[in-house]
Amino acid sequence: MEVCGGQTHAIVRFGLDSLLPKNLELIHGPGCPVCVTSVSLIDQAVCLASLPGVIFCSFGDMLRVPGSRGDLFGVKAAGGDVRIIYSPLDAFELARKNPDREVVCFAVGFETTAPAWAMAVTQAKQSGITNFSLLIAHVLVPPAMETILSSPQSRIQGFLAAGHVCTVMGYEEYEAIAQRYRVPIVVTGFEPLDVLEGVAMLVSQLEEGRIEVENQYVRSVSREGNRSARTLVDEVFEPAPRTWRGIGKIPASGLRLKSSYSAYDAELKFQRELSHLAEGKEDPECQSGLVLQGLLKPMDCPAFGTRCTPERPLGAPMVSSEGACAAYYRYRSHATPVAGS
Amino acid sequence: MSDERPTMSSSKSFEPTCPLPISAKNTVQLAHGGGGRLMQELIQDVFVQAFHNPLLDCLHDGATWPVEKGTLAFTTDSYVVRPLFFPGGDIGSLAVNGTINDLAMCGAKPLYLSTGFILEEGLSMEVLQRVAHSMAEAARAAGVPIVTGDTKVVDRGKGDGIFINTSGVGLVPNGVRVLPTSIQPGDAILVSGDLGSHGVAVLSVREGLMFDGKVESDSAPLHHIVGDLIENGIELHCLRDLTRGGLASVLNELAVAAKVGMTVEESAIPVNDPVRGACELLGLDPLYVANEGRFVAMVPALQAEAALTVMRRHKPATLAARIGFVTDHNPSMVVLRTVVGTHRVLDLLSGEQLPRIC
Repeated sequence: MEVCGGQTHAIVRFGLDSLLPKNLELIHGPGCPVCVTSVSLIDQAVCLASLPGVIFCSFGDMLRVPGSRGDLFGVKAAGGDVRIIYSPLDAFELARKNPDREVVCFAVGFETTAPAWAMAVTQAKQSGITNFSLLIAHVLVPPAMETILSSPQSRIQGFLAAGHVCTVMGYEEYEAIAQRYRVPIVVTGFEPLDVLEGVAMLVSQLEEGRIEVENQYVRSVSREGNRSARTLVDEVFEPAPRTWRGIGKIPASGLRLKSSYSAYDAELKFQRELSHLAEGKEDPECQSGLVLQGLLKPMDCPAFGTRCTPERPLGAPMVSSEGACAAYYRYRSHATPVAGS
Repeated sequence: MSDERPTMSSSKSFEPTCPLPISAKNTVQLAHGGGGRLMQELIQDVFVQAFHNPLLDCLHDGATWPVEKGTLAFTTDSYVVRPLFFPGGDIGSLAVNGTINDLAMCGAKPLYLSTGFILEEGLSMEVLQRVAHSMAEAARAAGVPIVTGDTKVVDRGKGDGIFINTSGVGLVPNGVRVLPTSIQPGDAILVSGDLGSHGVAVLSVREGLMFDGKVESDSAPLHHIVGDLIENGIELHCLRDLTRGGLASVLNELAVAAKVGMTVEESAIPVNDPVRGACELLGLDPLYVANEGRFVAMVPALQAEAALTVMRRHKPATLAARIGFVTDHNPSMVVLRTVVGTHRVLDLLSGEQLPRIC
């Protein structure tokens, strides 16, 4: 299983699976932060973005993801002030320049984006800015890998770990997982050759009966990761239980702000406004939970390409550029092309 | 001098001084679209001064000219861009080049342009002057005069500074039939230069993104290149400029319209390093990013090299390349041969490309 959506995208975009021997199957993992953000959190985002006086900041991917009450693009069209940002520090700048408005950010991502959000929060605190808060949907990779491996249905014999996550976090914590579940792990990059080399390294381990954590992405990843980024994340965030869309609640699989930074927690700041929201409901036809656990290929879902398309998605994996369903729709929606001459 | 202002009331919150009226010379006001003296001033001081030419200077309701025998091409396009000025161009030059290029893509020699402005109340007159001069400069450089126009002013908050529409008329030389339905299996697919610069340049200034290596818009008129291809006897089956949606969208439109398949070679498609880097960082695919001075041409395979030689003589097309071929396999589908040698569908996007998270 490749953990990261960026790797899934590379595999499908470059047709890498078609280059592999038939007895080798790549299973697409849950590593798309947009895809695993729960419906309830999207409903909260839609609610906050609709409040008068709020500037709601989000990465572009998130805007089209449907909650049970519509998506953020819908809020924007209805007059809400929803802005696409490219960096958490842009949102902090917006708060500084608009002291009479509340700037609320949808902090979505894996370990990769957490340091940048931590930086924005510490800067806000240092500058005494109070009109800035985060609706946090942050998730952590290792607990999700363990959940998938613990499932009796798991068919996974090896993992390609996400190169960018490990750039920040290193791969020390994967060593215990590899041994506990007897599964080799190779930290892998995102270029086509990275993915193929990662697969080759995994297969070698399996053939030689080794169970190790190896690093294919040496040009970016070290065993201990980026120490200053990790320190910053530890200063601002702490692990918390998180509900993964389609998978359910996983203990200690998310991040929340530590109590010393709780003034920047949008869920606390807007507690009253959010209190009336009912539990978000997934579209019953969407089978993204099975897709995200690698138990169903997107094209085997009965709604794929018919009742669920990127224009009218039932679930998040059909929306995000890193979502497995969207990748299959974009690159495989037609019969496998024949090379013309 | 005292800072005290004369007061008419004891209330501290009362601010008695009238703000100085903003001069009609400095900003666009509703009256500039009202048909009165201010509108006449605007037309004379800004537009006639910038664009003047014998047909426009009549200041009639429209322009008239004698017609030669042959086939006319007629096109229109509206321009909405934020910010109005970006590296390598602005909304004015874009509005002129864009419509000229639409005519060129019909195989036509552009003759005349019209322009309609929708201005937002409060727009700085200096900005309007800069845009008008940029349009005039682009029209002059292309040799295609702006011969008639219109101005409307909308309430503040109801526009985005300036919206511009331009329409154009051109003459198609005898024997030229540049149409999607002229595309034939076996045709070579040529692209006139490197892709994605316009979209990345606009995005970088709009969002304040800093990239290593400056990226400038590729905005440029293309009619001279097309005219040269026709003069050199290249049988142009189809041409299309690669604006919104980029190369991938255009190839899909043409494949569907011509009911043919197309195969393109990813490694042959020119994309410069700063654009590739910016796209990589933002999760955008340069094949879907907008261009304003690039086109794709379908020509008989035997003429492909000759066509590239002609194209490369022109500055916007020095990097022209042969990127693929038309086939009767996979009708209405575009297939990309990736850099690793696999084949995949190059499809239409569902909506806008959105920057990814990590």
